[in-house]
Amino acid sequence: MIWAITLVQTLLFIIIAPLFTGIVKWTKCKLQNRNAPSILQPYFNLNKLFRKEVLIATTTSSIFKFAPYIIFSINVFICMTVPLFFVSVFMGRVIDVIVIMGLFSLARFFLTLSGMDTGTAFGGMGASREMLISTFAEPVLLIIFFALSMVTMSTNLTMIIKYAVFHNLWLQPSIMLLAFSFILVTLAETGRVPVDNPATHLELTMIHEAMILEYSGRYLALIEWAAQIKLLLYAVLFFNLFFPLGIAQDLNWIDISFSILILILKLMAFIIAICVSESGLAKLRLFRAPYLLNLSFILGLFAVLMHIIIEVR
Amino acid sequence: MKILLFLVVLTVLFSSVLSLVLHCFPRVLKTTFFSLLGISGFGACIAGLSVLITHQNISYQLCSAFPGLSLQFILDPLSGFFLTIIGIIVISISWYGPGYLREYEKDKSIALMSFFTGLFVSGMYLVLLANDVFSFMVAWELMSVSSYFLVAYHHENMANCQSAFLYLLMAQVGSVLILFAFGILIKFSDSGSMNFLDLHFIKISSDWANLAFFLAFFGFGMKTGIIPLHVWLPQAHPVAPSHISALMSGVMLKIAVYGFIRFTFGILGGICCLQWGITVLIFGVISSLLGVLYALMQHNLKRLLAYHSVENIGIIFIGLGLSLIAMKTGNPLLASLGLAAALYHCINHAIFKSLLFLGAGVILQQSREHNLERMGGLIKRMPYTAWCFLIGCISISALPPFNGFISEWLIFQTAFQTSVFLKNEFVIVILIAIAASLLALTAVLAATCFVKVYGVIFLGQERTSNMSQVRDPLFGMCLAMGFLSILCLMFGIFPTIIMSLLSVISLQLIGVQLPNTLDVFWLIPITSKISSYNSIFFLIGILTIGLFSYFLIRICFKRTKISMVNPWDCGFGGINSCMQYTATAFVMPLRRIFKFTWNVIEKTEKINSDISYQLHIQDWIWQYIYIPIEYLSLDVANKLAKLQGGNIRIYLVYEFIILILLLWVVT
Repeated sequence: MIWAITLVQTLLFIIIAPLFTGIVKWTKCKLQNRNAPSILQPYFNLNKLFRKEVLIATTTSSIFKFAPYIIFSINVFICMTVPLFFVSVFMGRVIDVIVIMGLFSLARFFLTLSGMDTGTAFGGMGASREMLISTFAEPVLLIIFFALSMVTMSTNLTMIIKYAVFHNLWLQPSIMLLAFSFILVTLAETGRVPVDNPATHLELTMIHEAMILEYSGRYLALIEWAAQIKLLLYAVLFFNLFFPLGIAQDLNWIDISFSILILILKLMAFIIAICVSESGLAKLRLFRAPYLLNLSFILGLFAVLMHIIIEVR
Repeated sequence: MKILLFLVVLTVLFSSVLSLVLHCFPRVLKTTFFSLLGISGFGACIAGLSVLITHQNISYQLCSAFPGLSLQFILDPLSGFFLTIIGIIVISISWYGPGYLREYEKDKSIALMSFFTGLFVSGMYLVLLANDVFSFMVAWELMSVSSYFLVAYHHENMANCQSAFLYLLMAQVGSVLILFAFGILIKFSDSGSMNFLDLHFIKISSDWANLAFFLAFFGFGMKTGIIPLHVWLPQAHPVAPSHISALMSGVMLKIAVYGFIRFTFGILGGICCLQWGITVLIFGVISSLLGVLYALMQHNLKRLLAYHSVENIGIIFIGLGLSLIAMKTGNPLLASLGLAAALYHCINHAIFKSLLFLGAGVILQQSREHNLERMGGLIKRMPYTAWCFLIGCISISALPPFNGFISEWLIFQTAFQTSVFLKNEFVIVILIAIAASLLALTAVLAATCFVKVYGVIFLGQERTSNMSQVRDPLFGMCLAMGFLSILCLMFGIFPTIIMSLLSVISLQLIGVQLPNTLDVFWLIPITSKISSYNSIFFLIGILTIGLFSYFLIRICFKRTKISMVNPWDCGFGGINSCMQYTATAFVMPLRRIFKFTWNVIEKTEKINSDISYQLHIQDWIWQYIYIPIEYLSLDVANKLAKLQGGNIRIYLVYEFIILILLLWVVT
């Protein structure tokens, strides 16, 4: 039974990820008094890209061609191991939070390599900036997981969530700090304002888009889809790690439908929060972005201290 | 098995003597030398593995010419493990060497190189086998001095001689420190016995134990290249021939780590203080972080790899430090996990660093180019080497599913669990938390560095015309690189097999076995409730998804056209190789943010209509620590020179005074 649930969860992840991005765009447009595209627009885009002619730059090598597949399959694989609405997953024991971090890094490694592979200034520039941001984001992620696993005594996702639900963990001050810290990392890792702006194609500001500038057709579709999955993954990880309230622990219809309902509400809240912050904030200068991430690193350290001082005794 | 071990050492010594005899026939010499070397490496692997599997130590005793002094040798699990590391690397060198030495046949003496390589390898074997201080130090010196001659092999160039001399100097200072450390222990042993086992049971006050530990730490640290004692490493590696660099960086540094483990865990195992663990941890963190930051700024490929050795040694020391902390605070299980993680990283680093050095050697041999900025687009010229090098890059960047990730993951696990265990000691917990996050920073900086290396060397367009003659090398060299690449993958997807071997070592040194080592696929550090990892499932999962999506897209969108076009040039027309991002540009943001770690001199000048840009980046430690020492010693030497009258009668008077003084001190 559990493998069926896992399969459903994985498919849901893959299928609703474009919808999620669509809703984010739609809400943002509404907030900014613009005419909004349909929330299904990302699906139309993917469909168009898959059908379009593929143009490959002559300077590229084979890495350029299969990097999109690697990136896409890594993101899909992570979906198989992250609980969405049910706490246990079939592949849950295969990898833990640190391996998930490692997998995101592996995807990024190939993405930046494919940027370098084009042999143009844009690709290298995007790769360099992407690595800069991740240089500051990864230690923060690690300190967050460090603190979280100190509290829950596990690095396994299912175990962490079960512990968090059982002990009502979100009321603890250290977890609140970690949650805030995690939001800042999410913004950096998924390329949102104030670190990167997903809507622009201006060479002075772009990071993610610069790397994938040479991609077209199916390759671009895979990379975009992977990025959409990544955004959804981070949102789900945020709620399930820090506010797992309502996640189904038993296999019955009531629990599961309740859990799905709660999840939808949570994701809506996430979308509204992200859109408000994107409409209100401007993109930071590249060299300011590390300040933001250093702030969240310090918060993570404070969370460790707080846990030791207040919560252990 | 005894005879096999004997033969392993004798074969190498014999091959090194043989190379002097055969020096007139370089071709014959090359073949025989490298086949003997390969045989001995194979034997070393078998001997090492057999000890790890059967748990039975092999010991020897040789009588020496000095009365009361016998040379004792033992092969126990710890030395067996390191013997296996040497064996693996020596095997790959024996395939690689003949092809690589081709260009030396004309104008350089291959006999000398083979002679010293043989001595060097046998010195490393003997260091591992030594079971008393005397034979350990003799073997240690054999290893240091013979490697000096290998570093100084290209002695036509004055700068190379200087680098080699710096290496020799630091190696000697290090071995003096080690000798002092052993001397303190021998002073406390009952009968003045030098046997390691007797030294283990000595009663020693904690002050003396501290002194001995710190002397040994810095002595072995000189050889491993922890910061700030690393300066010889980036000088010596680019100078030595590439397969020697692989041996030195991949294996010799590990031998020094072995010495440290033998000294701290083996000999001083029962004493262990908390501050030792903390010191080792702090030095490990500093070495790993600064090592990778210095590497980022390097554009000489082999020097960059040398700085990465500093980084990886730092990571090994982080594992050892965590293990010492856990041991002192009463959790032997986590101590053995930390030790296993550090040892795992030793073998991983040996494999991927040798792979990268061999790859760098191929590039160097084909293009005669050290500088990254002048390479580019090599993946199209040498696809085989490029793929092997990619595997090395992914492994060293600690990315799954390759081997580097496993050992770093184990170190992270040790850090988490130690701090869960030590919740009440918040200073140590915060220290471990910072160390763990800096380790993550190191890993991501290493990934950045290798994106730079791989992107600039192999991807994009060719930057100079030298690159057009580059081809994949001879079969033997390809075989060596392929072998190491496969090992990188194997060590990444079957970690529990290695862990079950490492468990024997932790039983020997700490007295606790690692749990859950019988499972073939599941890597479970302590219990599966805390954490587990299964790389084979994960690899299969990713491959399935990747292939499935590939074929699905191929079938569904069969009629889509795929065409090759020029990359987008913003409408200006004609993209050329100068427009690519360079290595300097790639790391510019990091250079700006971490500028306090280097001594950066940047100059922009306008000469007529041209703009010239100069950038010098120096190792901060060299300038602020070593240059003052240099001036100080020159100053002292100048003052002492007045004693040197040149008159033999005065020298005799000095000698007389010294003798009197010594006699007075002794009585």
